[in-house]
Amino acid sequence: MKYIKGFFAIVALVMLSAFATVGNGYKIGDIATDFELESVDGNMVSLSDFKDAKGFIVIFTCNSCPYSVAYEDRILALNKKYAIQGYPVIAIMPNNPEVQPRDNMAAMIQRAKSKGFTFPYLIDEAQKISPQYGASKTPEVYVLQKTSKGNEVKYIGAIDDNYQDEGAVTSKYVENAVEALLSGQPIKETQTRAIGCSIKL
Amino acid sequence: MDFYFYGMRLFCLLLLILTASCKDESARNGTMDDIDHNEDYSAVSLDVYDFEGLKPFLKTNTDKIYVVNFWATWCAPCIKELPYFEALNSAYSDKNVEFLLVSLDFPKKYDSHVKPFIKKNNLKSKVVALNDNDSHTWIPAIDPDWSGAIPATLIFNKDKRQFYERTFTYEELEAEVKKFLN
Repeated sequence: MKYIKGFFAIVALVMLSAFATVGNGYKIGDIATDFELESVDGNMVSLSDFKDAKGFIVIFTCNSCPYSVAYEDRILALNKKYAIQGYPVIAIMPNNPEVQPRDNMAAMIQRAKSKGFTFPYLIDEAQKISPQYGASKTPEVYVLQKTSKGNEVKYIGAIDDNYQDEGAVTSKYVENAVEALLSGQPIKETQTRAIGCSIKL
Repeated sequence: MDFYFYGMRLFCLLLLILTASCKDESARNGTMDDIDHNEDYSAVSLDVYDFEGLKPFLKTNTDKIYVVNFWATWCAPCIKELPYFEALNSAYSDKNVEFLLVSLDFPKKYDSHVKPFIKKNNLKSKVVALNDNDSHTWIPAIDPDWSGAIPATLIFNKDKRQFYERTFTYEELEAEVKKFLN
């Protein structure tokens, strides 16, 4: 009897871990889906709108997460530096505003205005995009490169290695990834991990 | 019969995973708004560790069971489940189970938020803070499957360990701890 119990515990564990890894979004090299999401300026935005882009810095972020807020200035800097080089920032707010009212569209518009967001700040209203990408928290970055097959996932993870102190950052993961793509070099660190706020679906 | 039972349990488990992400993070500071800032919280002790310093808390050679919860005062689903950890701590005080609450709050919040929270809620579990920017190293070291989202919980004894990137109710947490008691 104990064996049967153990067996099912193992089955449950395996399924659990399969769910957490395999069934949970993109891996490096996968082709990322496009989307059509409403931005804070009222326009619908898709990756396919950016005809001249070489790729994208897709960032799942929100108003309410302290980690996201800590990175706002660095997200602005990324867009300033890389939009003109063909890698614009596309920010997607993945939370359910009914669960987290501080992330509703009105609050997003206000935040984008007060911080002077220069990039599209989109709401994933149907909450279908973050699960497809496999984003579990904010902030979380997907660097995509336009290829003949579509937008290929090249980097997944954190913006850099110090959320607290920009001055103490030693590895600018996203910058390094985009620089590598721009110069045709392999990306050294394609996946990194950081603490973040769980996405509220 | 048992097959059916465990099959159902598995199904429920999967259902639970599917619905577990429905978390409520209502306010950044949760219940912290009514903290009296004139009160002196400096007497509240809060040991701060980097990951090297925390490591000894994450393994054991004794017969004790350890429940380690990663949380922060700004994380509403964390705050919501903390009372269950506290309640289980007192209910299992004679069962050789030890609880540790690891705060991931920003260091500048230790005095303004974490210590007041400990005092106001009269937390009985040991609370420490982890301040280590190299999360890219220590998150997978704690568990390879941890995405970095909180709340997250680690339960272990000297023989086995289990990691949970999810929230708990009292009953769910008790059920997990019981698996280690047998």
